Amino acid sequence: MGPVLAVLEMNANQLTDASQELVTKAKSLADELGTTAMAVAFGDEIGDAIRTLDVGKVVVIGGPAVTSYASLVYEEALEKVLAELAPALVLLANSTMGMDLGAALAARTGKPMLAYATALAVDDSKQLVATSQVYGGKLLAEVQLPTEGTIVTVIPGSWPASGTSGTPQLEDITAEMVPGVEVVRVMEEDSGADVDITRAEILVSVGRGIQDPENLELAEELAQAIGGAVSCSRPVVDAGWLSRSHQVGKSGKTVKPKLYLALGISGAPEHLQGMKDAELIVAVNSDGKAPIFDVAHFGGTADILDLMPALTERLQGRGQ
Amino acid sequence: MKIAVLIKDVPDLVEELELTEEGRLAVDDMSFVPSEWDDQALEEALILKEGDAGSTVTAVAIDTGDVDNMLFTALAKGADRGVKLVGDFNREMSNRARAEVLAHYCHTEGFDLILTGVQAIDDLDGQIAGLVAGRLGAAHASVVRDVALGSTSVTCIQEYSGGKMAELRLTVPAVLGIQAAQKTPRYVTVSKVRQMQKSASLEEIEGESSEAPALEIRRLYPPVASSHAEMWGDDVEELADRIVNLLEEKKLLRS
Ligand SMILES: Cc1cc2nc3c(=O)[nH]c(=O)nc-3n(C[C@H](O)[C@H](O)[C@H](O)COP(=O)(O)OP(=O)(O)OC[C@H]3O[C@@H](n4cnc5c(N)ncnc54)[C@H](O)[C@@H]3O)c2cc1C
Repeated sequence: MGPVLAVLEMNANQLTDASQELVTKAKSLADELGTTAMAVAFGDEIGDAIRTLDVGKVVVIGGPAVTSYASLVYEEALEKVLAELAPALVLLANSTMGMDLGAALAARTGKPMLAYATALAVDDSKQLVATSQVYGGKLLAEVQLPTEGTIVTVIPGSWPASGTSGTPQLEDITAEMVPGVEVVRVMEEDSGADVDITRAEILVSVGRGIQDPENLELAEELAQAIGGAVSCSRPVVDAGWLSRSHQVGKSGKTVKPKLYLALGISGAPEHLQGMKDAELIVAVNSDGKAPIFDVAHFGGTADILDLMPALTERLQGRGQ
Repeated sequence: MKIAVLIKDVPDLVEELELTEEGRLAVDDMSFVPSEWDDQALEEALILKEGDAGSTVTAVAIDTGDVDNMLFTALAKGADRGVKLVGDFNREMSNRARAEVLAHYCHTEGFDLILTGVQAIDDLDGQIAGLVAGRLGAAHASVVRDVALGSTSVTCIQEYSGGKMAELRLTVPAVLGIQAAQKTPRYVTVSKVRQMQKSASLEEIEGESSEAPALEIRRLYPPVASSHAEMWGDDVEELADRIVNLLEEKKLLRS
């Protein structure tokens, strides 16, 4: 059987948390399947980050073509690596790069692909079985995977990274330039002069359940009364109702406040990724089956447009 | 530019997701709605067309059942053509199988720019943008917004986590997985869609399918959460009292 290969992502030449989780899983699955764990990473100055990974081999793809992520360059380079290593399984994070590369690579190589995995294990009959989160987190799919190069994208934070170390064999290759996708510039969201939601102890977080931008005032008033800040889910930002610096989740900020008040937020996996480690989560959503209640400590099924003013009133009453 | 938007409908999450005894979705009993990210992709395409007189927008859906309304809605919103790829297709069609049909059609039509949603809630076996791009060998980027047309290229912003992003320039033909349109998707009234149904027609084109890798799904099941919130009911006054008590207990009240 071919190796279990983790495709790693770096941030400022450091492994991302999601990539460390992939390495941990590649190693444990390889042990169970009786094969080797390997990794492939991109960049010229990543030696320190990968030298002690607990895998048999790391392929380092370097050169001027890989300074910034560009789908076609990465894909072509990976396709060659896959052809050479013939992996049993390829693991990527369900990040932008993973979503971009995973599907395209699967289509190019004709290999099966599974997205949104939250668990991977070898069952009693030695079959590789994955669990994936679909339908906005409302259902899980149990899927049997062939070990002939299946490409899997994994939701970050699905299991802890073990942090064990090893002495992998290193192989350096240089990526070729591929025209088609050019990185004009890389930018950082200006960290929001208006708020820094990662510092607030209490977040009053609103989702699409807020329904109308005019209702945001209710959230602002509540935040003020409670001594917290307003944050939100992605659709509220996409609608232009709050600026991007307020967004919690996969493509927004990761927050760990003392209290996260989730109001009219369904709890899609991409949102949970940014707030599930908050110390205390209270969710209010008219749908009692919303996935947010699986991570919340306390919940209620009221209409948030009624609840917010009721809560504000009580808190204001106390202050006097 | 000749722009295609690939759209599909998905189960409405507002409703209960019923499962069959075999652990499959009971698709016959469910209502379907356009995938929200495909709706964003359609909006972005219409905005691009409005800013460039020479551009056309073709909305494309595979006929897995009841897609006419979705395509007429796209026409009512401003798409130039509504294309229904017909054949022996059903609601259980995997994304890999869909990608084969879509890639084949897009290749034949020679679109410059293909937009679709960044993901759909049911794309267990990969997202359409990457799958179609991989089959076409086209330039592609997913998780993007703010698309702008050049003469033989397009630019867009690709988002990464934690507020990082990149401006990309892609040579056409290109495939983009749209995260969000520049504006909230427009709304058209039911009567306008009905009107469109009377005055316009959809193009039915035979979809060409080829073998695609399939996954063996053992079952679908609702997550048995390792924990669940302690539920405080639906009474607003009681809920507000409970939350205030909790704040007090956790010493989170400002004195
Ligand atoms: C690549 C990618 C990255 C993403 N990144 C993020 C991210 O960073 N952050 C993020 O949040 N999302 C992100 N998303 C989007 C995510 O998938 C969901 O679409 C989003 O989180 C849904 O937001 P929501 O819960 O506010 O809306 P919905 O899912 O529409 O939920 C609204 C909820 O409000 C409830 N409701 C409605 N009215 C009321 C009322 N009056 N009172 C009480 N409850 C009410 C409904 O029951 C429903 O549960 C990302 C998606 C992708 C594809």
